[in-house]
Amino acid sequence: MTITDRDLERPATAPAFIGISGSRRFRNGLATGAVTVAFLIALVPLVWVIGTVLVKGLGSVLNSAWWSESLNGLLARQEGGGAYHAIVGTLFQGLICAVIATPIGIMVAVYLVEYGGRTRLSKSVTFMVDILTGVPSIVAALFVYAVWISVFGLGRSAFAVSLALVLLMLPVVVRSTEEMLRIVPDDLREASYALGVPKWKTITKIVIPTALSGMLTGIVLALARVMGETAPVLILVAYAPFINFNVFEGNMASLPLMMTVERSNPTDAGADRLWGAAVTLILIITIFQIIAAVLAKATAPKTK
Amino acid sequence: MKIQRHGAALAMVAAGALVLAACGSDPNTGASAGGASAASSPAVDCSGKTSLTAEGSSAQKNAMDVFAQAYQAKCSGASIAYNPTGSGAGVKQFTAGLVDFGGSDSALKDTETAPAAARCQNNPAWNLPLVFGPVAIGYKLAGVDGLVLDGEVTAKIFNGSITTWNDPAIVALNAGKTLPATPINVVFRSDESGTTDNFQQYLQASSKGAWTQGAGKKFAGGIGSGAEKSSGVAQAVAATEGSISYVELSYAQDNKLSMAQIDSGAGPVALDDTTVGKAIEGAQIAGQGNDLKLDLKSVYSSTAAGQYPLVLATYEIVCSKGYDAATAKAVKAFLATAATDGQANLPDAGYAKLPAAFQQKLITAIDAIAAPTT
Amino acid sequence: MSDPTTTAGPAGTGDAGDRWGPALADTVVAPEAGISTPDSATPPGEAPGRTFVQRGDRIFRGLATGSGVFVVALVAAIAVFLLVQAVPSVVADQGNFLTGRTFDAGDPTKLNFGILDLLLVTVEVSLFALVLAMPVGLGIALFLTQYAPRQVARPFGYLIDLLAAVPSIIFGLWGLFVLAPVLQPFALWLQDTLGWFFLFSPGNVQIAGATVFTAGIVLAVMILPIITAISREVFARTPRAQIEAALALGATKWEVVRMTVWPFGKAGYVSAAMLGLGRALGETIALTIILAATPQIFGGSLFDGGATFASKIALSFAELNNNLSAGAFIAAGLVLFVLTFVVNAAARWVVARSGAKA
Repeated sequence: MTITDRDLERPATAPAFIGISGSRRFRNGLATGAVTVAFLIALVPLVWVIGTVLVKGLGSVLNSAWWSESLNGLLARQEGGGAYHAIVGTLFQGLICAVIATPIGIMVAVYLVEYGGRTRLSKSVTFMVDILTGVPSIVAALFVYAVWISVFGLGRSAFAVSLALVLLMLPVVVRSTEEMLRIVPDDLREASYALGVPKWKTITKIVIPTALSGMLTGIVLALARVMGETAPVLILVAYAPFINFNVFEGNMASLPLMMTVERSNPTDAGADRLWGAAVTLILIITIFQIIAAVLAKATAPKTK
Repeated sequence: MKIQRHGAALAMVAAGALVLAACGSDPNTGASAGGASAASSPAVDCSGKTSLTAEGSSAQKNAMDVFAQAYQAKCSGASIAYNPTGSGAGVKQFTAGLVDFGGSDSALKDTETAPAAARCQNNPAWNLPLVFGPVAIGYKLAGVDGLVLDGEVTAKIFNGSITTWNDPAIVALNAGKTLPATPINVVFRSDESGTTDNFQQYLQASSKGAWTQGAGKKFAGGIGSGAEKSSGVAQAVAATEGSISYVELSYAQDNKLSMAQIDSGAGPVALDDTTVGKAIEGAQIAGQGNDLKLDLKSVYSSTAAGQYPLVLATYEIVCSKGYDAATAKAVKAFLATAATDGQANLPDAGYAKLPAAFQQKLITAIDAIAAPTT
Repeated sequence: MSDPTTTAGPAGTGDAGDRWGPALADTVVAPEAGISTPDSATPPGEAPGRTFVQRGDRIFRGLATGSGVFVVALVAAIAVFLLVQAVPSVVADQGNFLTGRTFDAGDPTKLNFGILDLLLVTVEVSLFALVLAMPVGLGIALFLTQYAPRQVARPFGYLIDLLAAVPSIIFGLWGLFVLAPVLQPFALWLQDTLGWFFLFSPGNVQIAGATVFTAGIVLAVMILPIITAISREVFARTPRAQIEAALALGATKWEVVRMTVWPFGKAGYVSAAMLGLGRALGETIALTIILAATPQIFGGSLFDGGATFASKIALSFAELNNNLSAGAFIAAGLVLFVLTFVVNAAARWVVARSGAKA
C-alpha cells in the first residue's frame, strides 16, 4: 500500500473545523468593511486640514526671515518680517510652564504611587487630578485672571499665561508619570530595600530612572499640547509685534496669539502670517514629539 | 551614567533654546516709514525717555502701529508699546498711573475726570481725538451699486422695522435703482467693540427717534446674525447675498464690499477722504481750551452737505501737566509725530487723515503739554 | 557618595551605575508583572535607629505629600476663587441666572444674564460632535489595532495624533471657510427633507454655515484624536492569550473583536469618549469663529447659531473693565467647570463599575 500525499492530508476524524457559515462570513466582511470605512472617513478631514494649512502656510515659512525676524515696525498690510517674536514667546511660555509643572507633577505621581497607598488623601488627590484634567482651558485662564490680575492686581504678562498652562499641563504629567511609575516592577524596589537603600534613594535612583523614558515622553507630549492653547493667551497677555524676553512684564507674542491677531488683519500679508504661524506651530509640536521619541529611546533601560 | 545622558540631552535642548534666543532681531524699525515728506516734518525733541507705554481702545490699534513706525523713524531708539485691551482698561490703567497715556473710544466721563486729574498731580487730563476711523455700511446685493441710506432707514434696517430690500423707504431714497424683493440679512459684531458703540450712537443721533435700542458695545438691534471681529463681519457679508453690516473702512475695502452712501438731508454722500475730513472739521468741540473732547452728536446729526457722518473717533487721554520731565518730552514727541509724520500712512491702515485745521488744533494742544518747571 | 548604605551610587561612580544596567534590564522585560502596591515592601529607611537616612526620607516624603496636598488645594482654590468672583454678579443679576436666555453683562448697573441658552448650545454642539466622533473613533481604533498591518498602523496612528497638534483656531477657519461651503448643499437638503424634525428645522442665522451643524462636525474632527488615541491604547492591551484562544476556537476576526477586544476595552473606550466630550465642552476659539451670534433664543435646531459658554466668554472678555461684568462671565465659566466635572465623574464611574465587574 502506498501512502499518497492525499491520504496524509486527509484528517483521521471528521473535521472539527467546519467551514465558516455564510452569515458569519458576511458579518465578518461587513465589520471589516465598516471599520475600514470609518478609518477612511477619518482620513478625509485629516488630510484636508493638514493639506489646507500646508498649502496656505508653507510659502511664508520657507523664508529665512520668518525664523529670524519679528514684525516690529511693519504695518498690517506690509509684507515681510517673521514670526521670531512669536516663536520665542511660545517657547518661553511653554518652557516656564514645563519648569513649574514637571517637578510638581512628578512629585504628585511619586506620592500617589510610592507613598499614598489607599489613604483618603491619596484618593482625593487622584480625584482632584481627574477634575484638573477636565478643566477647560478658558476656565484655567479665568482662574489665573481672577487670582493674578483681579486679586493681586498684577498686570497681564507672559508669566500669567505660563501659570494657566501649568494648570493644563499638570494633570497630564501626573497621569503619564503615574502610569509609568506603576509599571516599574516591585522586584526592583524590594531588591533595593534589601540592599539597605533608603526609600527616597530607591525612588530617585532606581524607580524614576527605570520609568524615565516613558515619563519624558509624557512630559514632552503634554508640553506640546499646551503650547497650542489659545484661550489663556487671549485673556492673560497682550500681543506685541516685537521681541520681548521679559516674561514678567509687557506684551509678548506667541504663535496662537499671533494667529488670533493676524486673523483681524484682512490683507494678504495677514493671511500669509496667519497660516505661516499655523505651520510653524505644527512644526514645533512635531519637533517636540520627535524629541520625545528620541529621548524615550535614549533613556530607555537597555535590554540586552 | 544614564543620568548623565539625560543631563546631556536636556543641556542640548537648553543650548538650542539659547541659540535660538540669540539670533533673532527686530530689524524692521523705521524701515519703511518713508511716507512722510521732510518738509512737513516738524522738529521734535527726542531727548525724553525711550520707552513709552500706552493702553486702551483696540479700535486705534492699527493707527498706533503707523504712529509707532513714524515715531521710531523720527526718534531712533525710541519705542512705544500700545496694549489694545479696550477703552475701559485704557482709562483705568492711565488713571492708576501704570501707562503714560490711555487710548479710549470715548472721552473721560464726568466721574472719571477727578481721578484722572489726581493722577496728573492735580492737573486736568486732556482728551485728544487723534484717530478717526470711518465706518462703512457695507452690503452685498448683486447689481446694486451706490445704495443710498439715511439715518432713519439705516436704523430701521438694523432694528428689523424694514426687512426687505425693496421696502418703499429704501426705494424712495434710491430712485432709478432696481431693488430685489429679497429679505435683508443684517450682520453684526458678536464681540463687544467700540465700532458697535459708535454705530449705535450714530443711529441714536440721526434716526429721528427710529432707533430706540440705545448705544453700547454690544449690538442691541435684536435681529440678524453676529460674526466675530471686523474680519468675521466683513467675510460674512461678502459671503452672503443680501446682507448688510457696519464695519471699518479697511475691512470693507479688503473684502470688496459695496458701501452705502449716506444722505443726511443734503444729498447722498459717499465715503472718501474729503467727505470724512469735512465731517471731522465740522465737529464741535465740547471741551475747554486744549481739552479737545468732541461733541460727536454734532457730527452724527449734522445735515450739512458733503459730510460723511459715520466716523469713529478715538482719543488719547493725556496729562496736561504733571508728567516728569523725561516722560513729558517723550509723550509730546510721540503725539507730535503722530499728528504730523504719522498721518501719511493712515489711510492705508483704514483711518482718515486729520484735516488741516483740526490738525493745527491738536498740535497746539500737544505743544501745550507742560513739562515740570523745576 | 558619602552614604555607605547605597549600592547604587550616584551616576558619577561609574561601576555602581553599570551594575544596575543589566539588573534592571532583566526585570523590565515583563513590565506587566509588577503592577501591585509598592507599599508591600518595607524600605529600610523606615527601620529604627538610622536617623541620617530617615531625615532624607522624611524630606522626600514631605515633598511628595506636599505636592499631593498642593493639587487638592489648587482645585479647591479654583472653585473658591471662581465662586468668590461670581457670586456678587449672580446676586446683582436682574434676570434669572439659571433659566435666563439672554446674557447682557456689559453694564454693571443693569446685569441681566442667564445661562440656559449657553448651556443648551454647549450641550447640543458637544453631543452632536460626540455622536459623530464615537463610531468613527471606534472604527479607527479597531482598524489600527486589529486590522491594519503594523507598517500601515504606525504612520497613520502618528498622523492622527498630528491632528491633535493642529491649533484650534485653524480648525475654526477651516471649518467656516473651507468645510462649511462644501457642507452647505447637504445642510440645505437636510432642512428641506427633515425640516419637520426640530433638530433639522431651518435655523435662526443667515450666515451660511455658521451653525451648530458645522461647529459640531469640526468639533468631532477635533476630538477624534483623543478618542482614538486612548481607545487604541486600551484595545492594543487586550491580552494576546484571549485573542489566540478565540482564534483557536475558530472565531472570525469580527468575532474575536466582539468577544475579546470589545469587552476588554469597552470601559476605556467610553471613558475616552467622555474625555473627548469634556474637551468639546470647553473648546473656545474654533467655536467663536464658526458660530454666528444671534439675538434670538436657541430653538434646538442644528442649523441655529448661538454661543457656548467658552465662546461667549472669549467674545466678551477683551473689553471687560469692571469686576461685576467679569464676574458674570466667571459665573458662566464656573457652570462650565461643573459641567465638565460631571462628565469626567461619569467617565470615572463607568470605568470603576466595569473594573469591579472584571
